[in-house]
Amino acid sequence: MTALSTRAKLAVVVASAVLLAAVATGYAATAAQAPRTPPPTGGEQAVTLTSGPRLLAITDRHVSTVATTDPAGPRTVAELECLRVYAAAGTGVCLKPETAWSYQVVVLDAALRQTRAVSVPGLPNRARVSASGRMVSWTTFVGGDSYTSSGFSTRTGILDTRTGATVASLEEFAITKDGRGHRNPDVNYWGVTFTADDNRFYATMSTGGKRYLVRGDLAARTVETLKENVECPSLSPDGTRLAFKEALDADPAKGWRLSVLDLVTMRVTATAETRSVDDQAAWLDSGRLAYTLRRDDGQPDVWSVPADGAGTPTLVIPGAESPSPLT
Amino acid sequence: MYLSTVSRPVADSAEPGPRRRFALVSGNVVALGTVSLITDVSAEMVAAVLPLYLVLGLHLSPVAFGVLDGVHTGATALLRVVGGFAADRFRRRKLIAGIGYTLSAVAKLGLLLAGRSIPAIGAVIAVDRLGKGVRSAPRDALITLSTPPEALGRAFGVHRAMDSVGAFLGPLAAFAVLLVVGQSYDAVFVTSFCIAALAVVVLVLFVRERSPGEAVDRPDDPKVSVGEAFGLLRSGPARRLVLAAALLGLATIGDGFVYLLLQRRVDLGLRWFPLLAVGTSLAYLLLAAPLGVLADRIGRLPVVLGGYTALGATYLLLAGPVGGWPLVALTLTLYGVFYAATDGVLIALAGPVLPVRLRTTGIALVQTGQALAYLVSSVLFGLAWQAWGPENAIRAAAVAVASVLVGTLFLLASPSRPTTRKVPR
Repeated sequence: MTALSTRAKLAVVVASAVLLAAVATGYAATAAQAPRTPPPTGGEQAVTLTSGPRLLAITDRHVSTVATTDPAGPRTVAELECLRVYAAAGTGVCLKPETAWSYQVVVLDAALRQTRAVSVPGLPNRARVSASGRMVSWTTFVGGDSYTSSGFSTRTGILDTRTGATVASLEEFAITKDGRGHRNPDVNYWGVTFTADDNRFYATMSTGGKRYLVRGDLAARTVETLKENVECPSLSPDGTRLAFKEALDADPAKGWRLSVLDLVTMRVTATAETRSVDDQAAWLDSGRLAYTLRRDDGQPDVWSVPADGAGTPTLVIPGAESPSPLT
Repeated sequence: MYLSTVSRPVADSAEPGPRRRFALVSGNVVALGTVSLITDVSAEMVAAVLPLYLVLGLHLSPVAFGVLDGVHTGATALLRVVGGFAADRFRRRKLIAGIGYTLSAVAKLGLLLAGRSIPAIGAVIAVDRLGKGVRSAPRDALITLSTPPEALGRAFGVHRAMDSVGAFLGPLAAFAVLLVVGQSYDAVFVTSFCIAALAVVVLVLFVRERSPGEAVDRPDDPKVSVGEAFGLLRSGPARRLVLAAALLGLATIGDGFVYLLLQRRVDLGLRWFPLLAVGTSLAYLLLAAPLGVLADRIGRLPVVLGGYTALGATYLLLAGPVGGWPLVALTLTLYGVFYAATDGVLIALAGPVLPVRLRTTGIALVQTGQALAYLVSSVLFGLAWQAWGPENAIRAAAVAVASVLVGTLFLLASPSRPTTRKVPR
């Protein structure tokens, strides 16, 4: 190697650069996805969020609806691109790509028109609308600072669509943990679900390596812990039960069991779904939950299981994710 | 920009002319800087898209991923010292550095093969960090060995500036690839691997184990033994250095906390959060070389201590009365000054104190001491935040910086032993 002249070395470097650039370009050329064919819009119908016997879901990153009676059947797909969607009482929330690496929370009216947009940091993860359609919430994952670590944190925000008031991050709220004041920079929130008064809500708070169910008060800007190891709560239509994912042995690395917490007795009932569910479930009605599961290749399917621990899981919408009933 | 045709270290820097000052970095330092620049483009490309890939590409739960994170630091610290010792024992600093660069390059391809398996991805990330841990000490040792002692500050300044340029370009390169190929993260990893491989080629061809004119190690020289390496910690100057490095590490609470506090103070839109790191890097990039030159002029210890003073001032600002954009600008500039005045300059300070035979081991010990102490201090800061609230915790951190400064002065500024200048090789 020492025998090479500087010119020869430079030639080798240039040749290597050209060769490596060719490898990278060649790989990129084969990996580049063919332009996505716009999903077929089913017939002359358009996707709407009006109340009715339909299910809202994401099909191939696009908002779509199916008939509740035939969810695996014909699908109406909108052009609107979302990574996560939810709707209630004619209000929708969509976590929408803004650029290749940034996302917006978009509030939709019943005709799927955008009424508000909030730019958010990080990657979209959860989205909810209160039963009245007034309150909207979202969670994004924010990458840790790339210069120091690759840890994640979350940001959970709430928007009052009536007043426009926005809470950019629940981290500003005062915390009561096990009856005492608590503060810690490691606090993260995710998975909000609203109660009927549009002020109280439930969510997950993590701190000190543990995850807690918290009950929050938006007007008072407070949260209090209720129970450990409850993640991504989803309040039943009658407001008495919370569907949630329970980490096996309280260790998220082992996966989650979709379960239901009775808010009166505080008893937990595991559902018949034994596969690991990493989702904020949606209540299809007062007795059934819908959630997303992924196949080995990462393709999503929407499944359903009874909330009372009986029955067996059933496949509802193949090739779709982020289910929401249209109430 | 710092290209140089000077192929041997220039001993005469007493009267640098205005133009020569910039040319006075040895070819080996430029080569190592180029390798670091290219490697950092590759590394930051992956760092920029890894969260996107894991969450949107693989649909992994970030919580599950977080479990993988942060457990490798201890092992990396140990292997860094082992790698440094091997480099000294076999007098193959270039080879060990090359192994480190190669490991990180291969890890980029490993991401392709790991698929959706969390343990496999964890292993790949561990290999990547291992490579980073193994290469830095031999690389810095090579810089000290190819530079006359009185020009070390400048050499490290130029090297770190080149390194930061790469860190700057990396995310841009990643997004450029994503723009061209859509959501194909694989293409980013392959491109990142190709760039990392190019860095290894440059290292192999252009980095020299020793500079021309430097005495070749005599083969009958006894090899460095483990006992001799431990002896480093018994010898006064080296031990004081490692202790000082660990002490200084205790003063740092970590970028995450600094940016979090800043964001809370100025109520910065969360979207702008990632740009805080960019602001600091910009200050670091611009100031690394000038502060390195300054360190050669006025002594390295004053510059390092000045850097930690800037860190203390950063902490006080975060608890002080100034707010708004002035606070952001001041904090990020001072924080960048801290990095520029300490990261390379500390090694420039350490180099001449460590015997040539054990220089890589010594540098590895200094870096490891600093890294482990930082781990402790960031945990302590988290606890302080919990107990006293953020404002008081950052004030306590500022007090800690002041105590650390006094301790370092006590350890390193012994008048009988000039550490910063004129150390015979």
